[in-house]
Amino acid sequence: MTATTTPAEPAPRAGGTLRTLARLLPFLRPALPWLVLGMIATLGASAAALGIPLVLQALVDGALSTGDSGQILPAVLVVLGLGVVEAGLIAARRLLTIGPSTRTESAIRTAFYRKLQDLPVAFHDRWQSGQLLSRVVGDIGLIRRWLAFGVLYLIVNVLTILGGFAVLLAWNWILGLAFLLCSIPMWIYGFRFEKTYHVIARRAQDQQGDLATAVEESVHGIRVLKAFGRGAHSLDNFSRQAKELFGTELAKARADGTIWFMLLFIPDVAFAVCLVTGVALAAGGLLTVGELVAFFATATVLRGPVESIGFLLSMTLDTRSATERLFEIFDAENPVADPAEPKRIDDPRGRLEFRGARFRYQDAPAGTRDLLDGIDLVLEPGETLALVGLTGSGKTTLTALVPRLYDVTGGEVLLDGVDLRDLPRSDLRRHVGMAFEEATLFSDTVRANVLLGRPDLDDDPAEAERVLRESLDIAQAAFVDDLPLGVDTLIGEEGLSLSGGQRQRLALARAIAARPSVLVLDDPLSALDVDTEARVEEGLRRVLSTTTALVVAHRPSTVALADRVALLERGRITALGPHSELLATSAHYRHVISSLDDEREVSA
Amino acid sequence: MSRLDVEEERSRLSRAESREIRRRSRRLLGSLVAPVRWRLLGALAVIVMSTIAQVAGPAILAFGIDDGLPEFLAGRPGPVLLIAAAYLGTAVVGALGAAWFTMLAAQANQRMLYDLRRRMYLHAQRLSLEFHESYTSGRIIARQTSDLEAIRELLDGGLNGLVRGVLFMSFTGVALVALDPPSGLVLLGAMVPLVVLVRWFQVRSEVAFRDTRVFSARLIVHFVETMTGIRAVQAFRTEARGAQRFAEHVEGYRAATSRSIMLFGVLDPGLKLIGNLSVVAVLLIGALRVVDGGLEVGALLAVVLYTRRFFDPTAQMAGFYNAYQSASAALEKISGVLAQDLSVPDPTSPVGLAVPRGAVDFRAVRFAYRDDRVVLPEFDLRIPAGQTIALVGSTGAGKSTLAKLLARFYDPSTGRIELDGVDLRKLHPKDLRRAIVMVTQEAYLFSGTVGENIALGKPGATQEEIEAAARAVGAHEFILELPDGYATDVNKRGGRVSAGQRQLISFARAFLADPAVLILDEATASLDIPSERLVQRGLETLLADRTAIIIAHRLSTVAIAHRVLVMEHGRIVEDGPPAELIGGTGRFAKLHAAWRDSLV
Repeated sequence: MTATTTPAEPAPRAGGTLRTLARLLPFLRPALPWLVLGMIATLGASAAALGIPLVLQALVDGALSTGDSGQILPAVLVVLGLGVVEAGLIAARRLLTIGPSTRTESAIRTAFYRKLQDLPVAFHDRWQSGQLLSRVVGDIGLIRRWLAFGVLYLIVNVLTILGGFAVLLAWNWILGLAFLLCSIPMWIYGFRFEKTYHVIARRAQDQQGDLATAVEESVHGIRVLKAFGRGAHSLDNFSRQAKELFGTELAKARADGTIWFMLLFIPDVAFAVCLVTGVALAAGGLLTVGELVAFFATATVLRGPVESIGFLLSMTLDTRSATERLFEIFDAENPVADPAEPKRIDDPRGRLEFRGARFRYQDAPAGTRDLLDGIDLVLEPGETLALVGLTGSGKTTLTALVPRLYDVTGGEVLLDGVDLRDLPRSDLRRHVGMAFEEATLFSDTVRANVLLGRPDLDDDPAEAERVLRESLDIAQAAFVDDLPLGVDTLIGEEGLSLSGGQRQRLALARAIAARPSVLVLDDPLSALDVDTEARVEEGLRRVLSTTTALVVAHRPSTVALADRVALLERGRITALGPHSELLATSAHYRHVISSLDDEREVSA
Repeated sequence: MSRLDVEEERSRLSRAESREIRRRSRRLLGSLVAPVRWRLLGALAVIVMSTIAQVAGPAILAFGIDDGLPEFLAGRPGPVLLIAAAYLGTAVVGALGAAWFTMLAAQANQRMLYDLRRRMYLHAQRLSLEFHESYTSGRIIARQTSDLEAIRELLDGGLNGLVRGVLFMSFTGVALVALDPPSGLVLLGAMVPLVVLVRWFQVRSEVAFRDTRVFSARLIVHFVETMTGIRAVQAFRTEARGAQRFAEHVEGYRAATSRSIMLFGVLDPGLKLIGNLSVVAVLLIGALRVVDGGLEVGALLAVVLYTRRFFDPTAQMAGFYNAYQSASAALEKISGVLAQDLSVPDPTSPVGLAVPRGAVDFRAVRFAYRDDRVVLPEFDLRIPAGQTIALVGSTGAGKSTLAKLLARFYDPSTGRIELDGVDLRKLHPKDLRRAIVMVTQEAYLFSGTVGENIALGKPGATQEEIEAAARAVGAHEFILELPDGYATDVNKRGGRVSAGQRQLISFARAFLADPAVLILDEATASLDIPSERLVQRGLETLLADRTAIIIAHRLSTVAIAHRVLVMEHGRIVEDGPPAELIGGTGRFAKLHAAWRDSLV
């Protein structure tokens, strides 16, 4: 298919790198002292490294010029000490930062997951899971590496470079100044580099997300691709996207190559200038040979940090765009939030009322009608209402309002007289049980899948077993006993795969097991054969006699479960009453529900 | 679980297994490198040149101090300027070479990644459904995303580091020996602890990195499952338990990562210590010789600088090893998937079938799943071209298996299935897919427009053809009502379509494909009655000239079938024209009566 795009385009460079990265601070707080200690250790290691040339200078000017071999050993011992300290401090940095940085990574990752779980279905409709996946794996991992390594070395190396320059200037200000002046173009280039590189890095990350989406779709849609033999065709599309990433990566490499050139060449120019200047100065007696030697030794120590600046800078910029990408999710507002002052329903009776309920997607184009266009409907406690209508008339949307998978955009929905938005979501969803047309099972045992809505039974195995059995019985799901491990068989994505009808029955059993006061069933029997369907309906009747239920129905047989039927037409309820009455009075109802009407009525 | 998933879940393998896996991934690597070997060699030549230039630097500096200074003192500034110019020359070569190498290497690396991405994608597409079902979609996605990412990291940063590092170390070593052989001996001595340390690290980290990949795959599987099932997650309030389980995966991954970082916590400072001790030894020996007059001060400077620089890349190389370990663990897994035989292999000498008529023949077909569950015990069925078959029977009777065998999602365990007298296994895959199309209950829509989703049935179809197909199945009207009609993006702005509408789109897709044999496996289940009626009418015209197998629980389809087959436990128990069976007293007559009762 076509190249996919991220919902959010790269944000304009309003925030700036520092301000963006500062947003990580709340996650960082527990780790911060350790990271600072790690930085101090690294700084100490750098200082030790810088100290070695100083000793060298003293040695050259002292013992080596005087020929006093007695001074050699102490000097060498000092170098030894500095060397050991440097290695020790490097080890200390690792030890100090492993725990805090990986724990920060874990904290961000779990917070990210929680946020995503909390965001409403409307959000997930808009975001492809590949984009989310690339954030939870790649972006968060990058942040950890930057914390444990990138930012530490960036700060430490900048300080080392500053300290080094200070030492160089102190030794000989002419030589130091020459070295400093020659290095200036590098800094200017470094800052310009930031601008271009950030854009490319962000593009590459987004394209990787798109590729991940393409991969996911090709795996989830494998049956379709196989059935039509479109593997090669989809490969072409995938290749095109991969090629785009290829191009971006090359652009990135060009930027990388240029910065490498600058980082290697400019210091060398500075070295050459300093060589000539230094020799001239030494010839003029303004500089000792030892100082000249130490100057170059120090400058050499500085080269490592100088070279690493480019890499560290690009890592920092990558981390910045990773952070931006994360906060696109963290900042997403949740319109389906818990109320500030929640109300409670202590003893739910299950009276469900839609009062002028309207719904339209946030991003629906202006001028289109609302998907639900003012629904007024009351379900009395214990009543079963069938919802009938053409494909696209709004049935599924209406059912999704009840557990607040979506919120109304006008009017209200009330449970026992309380606006759903005034109830904590977890309370509401405990009162409302749901079975979807597309039965989603999780990678877990049959038992866990069926008892998903009953965490309260975790401590009562006997009761749990009873509820499980009863629900499976009503949903005609005895087939589970023929599975290798019975109800303890692992099913779902990572376990045994079940047929559509089997999945639907388990999903139905799950909704029943939840013992809700309102049961919402979205065409839950579509994949069952006639025999099984009749038996499931038999069992359902028992449950429905005491539970308020909203059932989306496509077939007369399902409608037969209901006390009343509501006919939904283009987002409005156009007829309401018992099945037989609607059959007699509504031509549209006959058109929608009866497969026995003849061709003349169809065209009516 | 298949052998492959079991292998992947373990981080400790037997010696023979490890060897085989390593061989497998080396072969893969070799095949990836082959097409870009010249570019890689070019990159290598450039970096060799650049490194020599960079290594020459300190020697020239030493020369400048030892020889240039006395000349300068004697009033001849020429040599110093000349030496500075030479130094600048090496700088230009060194820096230009490094930049050029970065680009050349990126071209080669990105080409390899592109190649590997495509190969994985294609192979995943060709692997059988049976493989996909047991290997799970989360894993196959992880192979193509996070594992490829690990390899990208290696190629991007690590490999450059290694090449630069190795060259830098060897040239520095050579320069050092040339300048001052005794210092060279020190360096040689330092190699002993260096090798011991690296070897220790290698052994330990192999296990640690495999662990990391195992945990990261688990994390991905759980994440994808939650996000795709978000409706059920929210409706059943499983957020807390999901978060808890995710946190466990995250912690497992964290612990594994920490263990591997810890190894670096030993390696990194260890290398530094060895380096610093060598500097001390070189300095001590050198300084004593300077006092004795055996060595010039400038030369001592160069020797110390070289020794220090010799160990500089060791940290970089440890970084390489980090990337290398996770990449090779990833490569092992990718190569495992790529080495997975196609259980539904393409024919070696395919038979073409340009104009299929659609005669289908099941000959003594027996089918059992891998776990020896027999679904079809012994099955014979002959469907003449152009016949419409209705296949009925209770859940688990083997109807879908029969359909999947005919669509060659699986191959029979024994016996064979023929289309127009050609064994499906010998038929050219293109012709097979052109001739036989199956529509299932799961109507999957891909990102893109509605029109593009229909056009999947026939790439390159014109807008007219797409609309004609949509009209034929009664999807045209609702598509026109979408915000952008056929151009509506199914992921965006009101493009969300209901399950029934998705099913109509997938029907249009099949109609556009215009196959000789059409299999509808419960394809009308989620349609509402008016849509089903529309489809039904479209079906009658559509099925006129082709063979069709319709599996449906609702028996409304049966009216247009020429022949009804009733299946039970993998066998056909009734076979005849619908009118005849309905009039009889068999199983179908009962089913039909029950179905009619359910309609009012």
